[in-house]
Amino acid sequence: MNKTINQKAWYFVIPVFVLVAFNAAIPLMTVVNYSFQETFGNNVFAWEGTRWFKQILLSERFHASLGRQFAFTFIILLIQIPLGIAIALTMPKKGWGVPVCLILMSMPLLIPWNVVGAMWNIFALPDIGFLGHSLNAMGFDYNFTQQPGDAWFTTILMDVWHWTSLVVLLSYAGLNSIQPAYYQAAEIDGASRWATFRYIELPKMKKVLTLAILLRFMDSFMIYTEPFVLTGGGPGNTTAFLSIDLVKMALGQFDLGPAAAMSLIYFFIVLLVCWVFYNLMMKNEAQS
Amino acid sequence: MSLELKNVEKKVGIDTHIHPTSLKLEKNTINVLLGSTLAGKTTLMQIMAGLDKPTSGEIWFDGKNVTDMKVQKRNCSMVYQQFINYPNYTVYENIASPLAITGVKDDEIKQRVGKVAELLKLSAMLNKKPDELSGGQQQRTALARALVKDSDLILLDEPLANLDFKLREELREELPKLFEDRDCIVVYATTEPSDALMIGGNTATLLEGKVIQYGKTLEVYNKPENLISAKVFSDPPMNIAEITKRGDNYKFTDNNVQWKSSAKIKDGTYKIGIRPHNITTYKEGNNSVEINGKVQISELSGSESLIHFTNGNLNWVSLSNGTQQKNVGEDTKLYMNTDEFLYFDQNNRLVNNG
Repeated sequence: MNKTINQKAWYFVIPVFVLVAFNAAIPLMTVVNYSFQETFGNNVFAWEGTRWFKQILLSERFHASLGRQFAFTFIILLIQIPLGIAIALTMPKKGWGVPVCLILMSMPLLIPWNVVGAMWNIFALPDIGFLGHSLNAMGFDYNFTQQPGDAWFTTILMDVWHWTSLVVLLSYAGLNSIQPAYYQAAEIDGASRWATFRYIELPKMKKVLTLAILLRFMDSFMIYTEPFVLTGGGPGNTTAFLSIDLVKMALGQFDLGPAAAMSLIYFFIVLLVCWVFYNLMMKNEAQS
Repeated sequence: MSLELKNVEKKVGIDTHIHPTSLKLEKNTINVLLGSTLAGKTTLMQIMAGLDKPTSGEIWFDGKNVTDMKVQKRNCSMVYQQFINYPNYTVYENIASPLAITGVKDDEIKQRVGKVAELLKLSAMLNKKPDELSGGQQQRTALARALVKDSDLILLDEPLANLDFKLREELREELPKLFEDRDCIVVYATTEPSDALMIGGNTATLLEGKVIQYGKTLEVYNKPENLISAKVFSDPPMNIAEITKRGDNYKFTDNNVQWKSSAKIKDGTYKIGIRPHNITTYKEGNNSVEINGKVQISELSGSESLIHFTNGNLNWVSLSNGTQQKNVGEDTKLYMNTDEFLYFDQNNRLVNNG
C-alpha cells in the first residue's frame, strides 16, 4: 500500500493551539513560575523551590479557609439539592403555570453576580434593609457585618436564593422526561407517593442530579463575587472562603509567591474532586 | 365476572376522545381493541383500569358500579408499549413488586415469581436490572409483573409495538397461551389487524373515539357490519369501488369488468370492498374475474408480493402469495375472487351478510 502522507491538516490545529496557549497555558505557567520564586517586582526573581507550597499546606490560615470552603459548599449542597427537587416536584406540568414558573425560576440565574451581592447587602442591612430591619424588628439580634453566624446565614441564604433555581430547572427537565406510563404503572401497583418518588422519579433523575451536584459543587467551591460584595470575607475572616483569602493574599498583601502556590493547590483540589466525582459517575453509568 | 361500559363518554375540553360507548366484556375472554393511533384505544383502557374517569357513563365490574373506585382498589394490571419497569429493581424485585405492596408473604412471593418467570423464560435473569436486558426481555418482565398478581382485568396497550419483528412474532404466539387458564378479562390494544387475527377472541374495531363493531374476531373480519369496520380491519388497505347490479350481472361503474354472483341483494349501485389478498396474479376460488392493470408499485416481502396497479381511474392494491416479479409500468392481468366481495349499500352497511 502506498499511502500519501499529507500533514497539512496540522495547520488547522494552529488557531486552537494559539487560543489555548493564550487563555490557559500561558497564564497558568506564569502562576507556576511565581509559585517557585520570590519576587519584589521589577522582574527580579529569586528561586525558592517548594517553600511556598510547604508554607501554604502547613499554614493554619489556609486550613481555616479550606475548612470554611468545604463547610460552605457542603451546607449549600445539602440545602439546594433537596430543595431544588422538592420545588421541581411541585411545579405544574402543563398549562399556563409552566412558562410562569420557568421564567420566575430563571430570574435569579440571570442577575449578574456582583449585583446579587450588592442586592443582598442592601437587603440585609440591619438598619435600612428589608430583611435586616424586619429581623431586628421581630426581636432577633441580627447584624451580618458584625456577627459571624449572621454573616454565614446571609451568605448561605443568598446562595440558596441565587442557585437553587439551577437545581430546580435540571430536576424539572429530568422529571418531565419520565413517561406518564411509569406513574400509571405505579398507581396500578398501588405504590405510595413516596415509593413512586423513591423507585421511579429519583432513579430516573439520577443523571441530571449528578450533573446538578457537580455544577453546584464547582461553582460554590470557587465562589468569590457574591460574598466579596456582601461581606468582603468578614466579619474578621469568618466568611473568607478560599478565593477571597487568595485575593487578599495576592493583591492585599502582595505575597505573590505564596498566593501562586495557593492558587495551584486550590486548582488541584477542584480538579481532584471533579475527577473523583466524574469517575464515580461513569462507574455508575457502566453498572446500569 | 364481566366488565361493562355503559354509555361511557370522555371529553377533554371541547374535544371528544371517546364517544358514548357501551361494551360488555365477558370473563375468560381476550378482547382486542383494533384501531389506528388516536382511535381512543389507550383512553378506553385507562377508563377500564380506573386511571381515568369518564366524563359521563358508568363502569360495572362483576355486577358492581366501579366508576368512582380508585385504580389501587381495582384488581387490574397493565402492560404498556414502552417497557415500563422499576429502573433500579432487579427483574425479581420488579416482578415481586405488585405482591410486596399488597403484603403477600415472602415464601409465596418467591414461589409465584418463580412460576411466572419460568413461564416467560426469565428464570436466568432474575438478578439483572432492566437496563441490562434486551427489549424483548424487558417487555417479558413487564408482562410477568402483570401476570404475577391474580388480576381480574389485564390490559395490554400495544405491548409488542416497540419490539423488533422476530421478538414480536414469538411473543405474539405465546400471549394467548399465557392467558388460557386464567380467570380474568384480557384487553389487548393494537393497530395491526394481523395481531387481532392471531390472538383471536373478540375484537372491537375503533375509529376516532367510536367503537364501530364488537364481536368474535373472525366474524368481525369476515362480516364487517359496515365499511368503516371493514377498513379498520384490513391491512394492506381495502380496495373500495362503486358497482352497479342488474339482475345477475355485476359491473364496476368505472370500467367494464363484469361478473355474476348469487349474492342476494337488490338491483342498484353499491360500494364494494375487496381485501388485497382477494386480488391475485393467479386464479383463486371458482368464481374469479379477470382485471387488467398497469403496475405502479411492486414490493416483494419474501413470501408475499404486494402489487399496486391502476385500472382506468381506479387504484388497486393486490396481495399474492409467493414472489410475483412485476415491473413498474407493465400491463398485467390479475384475478379477483368474487366470492369474497363485500357489498355495502349507500349508508355503508354490509348487504351480503347472509
